[in-house]
Amino acid sequence: MNKVAIVGTGQTPVREHWELPIRHLAVEALLNALNDNNHAVTPQSIYVGNMLSGALSEQEHLGALIADYAALEGTEAVKVEAACASGGAAFRQAVYAVASGTVDSAAIVGVEKLTEMSGKNSSSALATAADADYETSLGLSFVAINALIMRRYMYEYGYEKEDFAYFPAIAHNNAQQNPNAMFHFAFDKEQYRKSKMIADPINLLDSSPIADGAAAAIVVPLEKARKMTNKYVTVEACEVGTDTLALDNRKNPIYLKAVERSTLKAINTAGMNHKNIDFFELHDAFSIITSLSLEASGFCRIGEAIKEVQTGRFNIDGQLPITTHGGLKGRGHPVGATGMYQIVEAVQQLMETAPSALQLDDASVGMAQNIGGSGATVITTLLKRTG
Amino acid sequence: MDIPRYWRLRNQRYKLEGSRCKACGKLFFPPRQICTKCKKREMEPYRFSGRGTIYSYTTVYQTSERFEKQLPSIFAIVKLEEDVLVTAQLADIQEWAVKIGMEVKMVVRKIYEEKQTGPIMYGYKFRPLIDVD
Repeated sequence: MNKVAIVGTGQTPVREHWELPIRHLAVEALLNALNDNNHAVTPQSIYVGNMLSGALSEQEHLGALIADYAALEGTEAVKVEAACASGGAAFRQAVYAVASGTVDSAAIVGVEKLTEMSGKNSSSALATAADADYETSLGLSFVAINALIMRRYMYEYGYEKEDFAYFPAIAHNNAQQNPNAMFHFAFDKEQYRKSKMIADPINLLDSSPIADGAAAAIVVPLEKARKMTNKYVTVEACEVGTDTLALDNRKNPIYLKAVERSTLKAINTAGMNHKNIDFFELHDAFSIITSLSLEASGFCRIGEAIKEVQTGRFNIDGQLPITTHGGLKGRGHPVGATGMYQIVEAVQQLMETAPSALQLDDASVGMAQNIGGSGATVITTLLKRTG
Repeated sequence: MDIPRYWRLRNQRYKLEGSRCKACGKLFFPPRQICTKCKKREMEPYRFSGRGTIYSYTTVYQTSERFEKQLPSIFAIVKLEEDVLVTAQLADIQEWAVKIGMEVKMVVRKIYEEKQTGPIMYGYKFRPLIDVD
């Protein structure tokens, strides 16, 4: 297997892009990545991460469409879907293709347009990540499923609702410094306490927003990257774990087994341990998922993520910064694009091109973790700086 | 309305019918084709008693158009007495009265009604075993 490197990244700001169609967002991010660092890469294959183009833009077949509009007509191009983990899943396919030697350059673009129809339509479409026969068709929303996890977690470990405010507060603080983020405001505990309840105990400030955006990267064999440039980041691992779609089918619904599986595989593949990881771009779709990700990834003991966050450990200047560009909560969560935003942001940290207030000192290994559904598909990527 | 789905799931929605592995005895709701424990493909229908306790719950204030009329609605994960979890709406109870560990039993209630002239879909919900006022 070839070792794989990322030589370019691109993104659009995360916004409600009423004026732009899904193809435009994807092409914008893709072209930015292809021309990043003054290269002009012609990818041999394109992987599009997307969840809901069919349901919301009434447009499937994104692979060929995006290849065409990016002036790459004729290039191999397919869409990859794994709910909110579609971006990470597309990245994994591209890494495979390059590592196997089948192609010697591949582009990945994660793209989502959630504001094409009303918010209610988008919410119903997002709920298709859950079990249609036994969850959503009975009236259960996606937020409600996460609320069921959070309530039980609070019950088992004795936390209050307000204890969760630390996680979205970190995300919003970091997002303020990221021009591509959706939200540029901080909030205090009082605002968190008064925030509108969506599915008790999850309120609006626990929930990542519906948004549009696209993020892209170019991967090539490491040998080729070395010849092209001295600005690249190596992919040390990209591993997938799965779990039951339905929450109630799990032995322990408040532990994300697929997070554990994918993290352990990634750490083994990379030949690393937790101490090597300098920052963690995690999948904070809801505050409770931040807790569960930190615990099942092995960065905190079970039930203790909330105690740890209070020590400042996960702040931008802490020992293990999380959601350094705002995460899903602050940057925004254009679902199929999210996994690629995480990768792009991790690359920015490692190449030292992050916004100055967010730039970490001497970060050499970053972990990005993309979660589909309420933990049914998890893709963990470890990236390393060169030199 | 999703008529084929409604018809296909009638034994689950009216009778809480899951499956039991003939080889190792493991119980499942919903039914499965292969046992996740012993990997045998010898499944038989198994009807759950419908008695259980609340494992977790949430009061929902925002939902899809189809279920909007019912807001706010309370959903729960119920731990059945056979030690299998099932997710459903709660009936005949106010939010303040719901507690983790509370005893509940399955009832068949209206899940939703499609417009004024459309069919009515029924299915399992759970209500307190002992009335709470």
